[in-house]
Amino acid sequence: MELYMAIAIGVLFTVGVYMILTRSLLRIILGTALLTHGVHLLLLTMSRLKTGAAPLLGQKAEAYVDPLPQALILTSIVISFGVTSFFFVLAYKAYQRLGTDDMEQLKGDEHE
Amino acid sequence: MSVLHVVVLIPFLWAAAVPLMRKWTRRLHVGWLIIPLPAVLFAYFIGQISEIGNQSYTLAALPWITSLHIYFTVYLDGLSLLFALLISGIGSLVVLYSIFYMDKQKEALGPFYIYLLLFMGAMLGVVLSDNLIALYGFWELTSISSFLLIAFWHRRERSLYGALKSMLITVFGGLAMLAGFVLLYMMTGTFSIRELVANVDVISGQELFIPAMLLVLLGAFTKSAQFPFHIWLPDAMEAPTPVSAYLHSATMVKAGIYLAARLSPVFAGEPVWFWLVSGTGIATLIYGAYRALKQTDLKAMLAFSTISQLGLIMSLLGLGSAAAFYSLTGESLLYVKATTAAVFHLINHAIFKGALFMVVGIVDHETGTRDIRKLGGLMSVMPVTFTIALIGAFSMAGLPPFNGFLSKEMFFTAVLSVLKLDVWNMQQLGAIFPAIAWIASIFTFVYSMLLLFRTFAGNKKFEKLPRQPHEAPLGMLVPAVILASLAVVFGLFPNLLSYTLIAPAMAAIHPALLAEGGQFEVSIHLWHGWTPEIAMTVGVIAAGTLLYRLHSRSKVLHQPLFEKISLNGVYDRGLRGAVSGAKRLTDWYMTGSIRQYLIYIFVFLIGSLGITMVRSTNLRWDFTGFAPISLYEAVIIFALIVAVIAVPFARSRMMAIILTGTVGYIVTLFFVIFRAPDLALTQMIVETVSVTLFLLCFYHLPKLKKELESLRFRLPNFLIALGVGVTMTLIALFAAGGRSFESISDFFLKESYNLGGGKNVVNVILVDFRGFDTLLEITVLGIASYGIYALIRMKRDDEAISAS
Repeated sequence: MELYMAIAIGVLFTVGVYMILTRSLLRIILGTALLTHGVHLLLLTMSRLKTGAAPLLGQKAEAYVDPLPQALILTSIVISFGVTSFFFVLAYKAYQRLGTDDMEQLKGDEHE
Repeated sequence: MSVLHVVVLIPFLWAAAVPLMRKWTRRLHVGWLIIPLPAVLFAYFIGQISEIGNQSYTLAALPWITSLHIYFTVYLDGLSLLFALLISGIGSLVVLYSIFYMDKQKEALGPFYIYLLLFMGAMLGVVLSDNLIALYGFWELTSISSFLLIAFWHRRERSLYGALKSMLITVFGGLAMLAGFVLLYMMTGTFSIRELVANVDVISGQELFIPAMLLVLLGAFTKSAQFPFHIWLPDAMEAPTPVSAYLHSATMVKAGIYLAARLSPVFAGEPVWFWLVSGTGIATLIYGAYRALKQTDLKAMLAFSTISQLGLIMSLLGLGSAAAFYSLTGESLLYVKATTAAVFHLINHAIFKGALFMVVGIVDHETGTRDIRKLGGLMSVMPVTFTIALIGAFSMAGLPPFNGFLSKEMFFTAVLSVLKLDVWNMQQLGAIFPAIAWIASIFTFVYSMLLLFRTFAGNKKFEKLPRQPHEAPLGMLVPAVILASLAVVFGLFPNLLSYTLIAPAMAAIHPALLAEGGQFEVSIHLWHGWTPEIAMTVGVIAAGTLLYRLHSRSKVLHQPLFEKISLNGVYDRGLRGAVSGAKRLTDWYMTGSIRQYLIYIFVFLIGSLGITMVRSTNLRWDFTGFAPISLYEAVIIFALIVAVIAVPFARSRMMAIILTGTVGYIVTLFFVIFRAPDLALTQMIVETVSVTLFLLCFYHLPKLKKELESLRFRLPNFLIALGVGVTMTLIALFAAGGRSFESISDFFLKESYNLGGGKNVVNVILVDFRGFDTLLEITVLGIASYGIYALIRMKRDDEAISAS
């Protein structure tokens, strides 16, 4: 399972980076979202998959999965959500004001 | 805190007090308030002569940064005393001269004297410091104050150019010197010069020894305007003439000489030192003398003459260092004579060059020009100035009975003694030294005569001059007269100096050659019999007279010899090249395109992680602990990969947003599979909100163009992206395969209920075990929402202006 997860994570990173390198601001933000997913899955995979029950003690299971990465990922999800929404609004305002979301045009004129 | 500390520090205090003296300076020239200071210092140092003459020295330490072994240690021995006397003595005369040279109404006198006092204090600090770091501090302070003084008339472009050039070159050398000092410290563990000299045996064999020597020499050569670092000195002539006389002939340019002499006991006896010091000195001597011939500006002529004479002193120091090779034998005394000549010429040069600069200043002041082609026939209108110039020029040319004659004779003795040197292949190469010395002396003779006779003899051409010339005021003449009379007195009675100043200075340069309580034999006589040196001098006068005659007639001599290769050109082009090169480099990689920057970042990421993985030896491929995969999971993974790959191919933005959302929901499914219910819940909500937000933003954008860029496939982007993906996959596999220790999660699972009182372990970790993370994550969300609110409320600048 971990092997396939590692490949899936690689695909997420590849596509995320490829999107970030494009010229459209929206696609760059989508790329960061994909990268975030990749990182979260990487965190989860690193702690070994399917080694026990969900970390709810009421289940009285013999083994539970590692709860610490889950706590870390939960924090990360919330933070990346905050950052992504901020970026969105920023991109939206930038588009409204500048009339473009092409990064090459947003770079500005050297002699300005 | 000893008297010597006060001596070094008082010029700085005095400089700080200059602005406070405004009240008295309304009527009085500021210079009158300055002059007592160097005069009193000079008197103090005169008083020290008798003590230092008895082989004693004064030493006092003041703790500064003791943990780094940095003390402000002052140390007065023969060499320091000689320099201190030059600095304070010529300093007093220059201040007196400047009172009449610098106009009270037109010039900013306050800053002038502040810079001059800063320089004087710094220079006294250089020659009196025993600690190398303190010496370096004062050394750079002389560079800075010299920079300020050269650019004193800062509205002139040439002044700024000259100041910048001297700053860059001397600071370059100063930093090299600092590196040399640090290397010396690494070898010995001390910054004290005296302790270094005592530890010569420890350091002379070490491999850092030669680098340290080269770096220190770089500092000495740049400061003392040795070839090829001499180029700053002619441009420093844009400074007011008192400054040129003081800094750029008598004191600052001798700081490098001082350093070479001071560290001679450490480095002498090494062939590298001998070759570099004497070779550079002799090259500077001939080059400076040759270039001085070509000048038409009096100050430029004196600048090249200074370069040449500094080369002479430097080469004598180098020759004298051969003495360390034969310690305590009769032969060593032969080479010690070179050192005697160096010290003697050092004094002589400071005296006659100071006088000549003052003469040039008077000529400039009274006629309005320094161009030798416009001047002539001033002898009859300026008899006193002419007499001073005559003494100075004859002394510089090495004619009897002035002091320059004696030191030139001693110089010839020293270069002739090289022929007897039986080490380092000197028998063959040694003949170069007397030959170059002789030719350089002819050049020196010719330019001295040009300087004297073109200015003062010949036809009167007063109608072309900006001002009608007349004799200078008494105040300007007095300091020049004092220096000129010293040139005569030391020429006729050289032994006034022998045991008072020269012998103690030599004891400082060659401490190892002296027996306990011994003293060097210094006997300088005006007439020393029929020797080869006399013959050489006669030859110099004969050939020099011939060349002088030719110089005015033959045009060939006026042609520049090296038109194509000019060191100034190299410097200018180098500086421009550095600026434009830096600009081109910055323009090349700082393009302003975010894609480029991201490419740098990702390529670096791939490179550094890839190299680390390749080089590390303990990476394990270990699939044994991996969980099995079921059909259901395989389908989900397949779906995830397909959805992800589809994102970049989506033709419209909307499709791309929806596909990204799909990826998010599949990730939610993974959280379910991998037994993470809280994550699944959160992920689902966040994904829903995100997609809604995406759609809200971009669906309602009014004039959104369909798709501004075709979804062209870009190979470089793809390769970089693939590189990142592969790197991350490999890292994930290596990390998952080789776990080196157990997780701490057993603690959380065990104690979640006991300590936290909750059964949902993830939630207990979030709010109990690791509650701080959560607090700050809430803060992040708060800041993001405030930021979004501010962005939305933000008005366009033009809207805001029209509203108000």
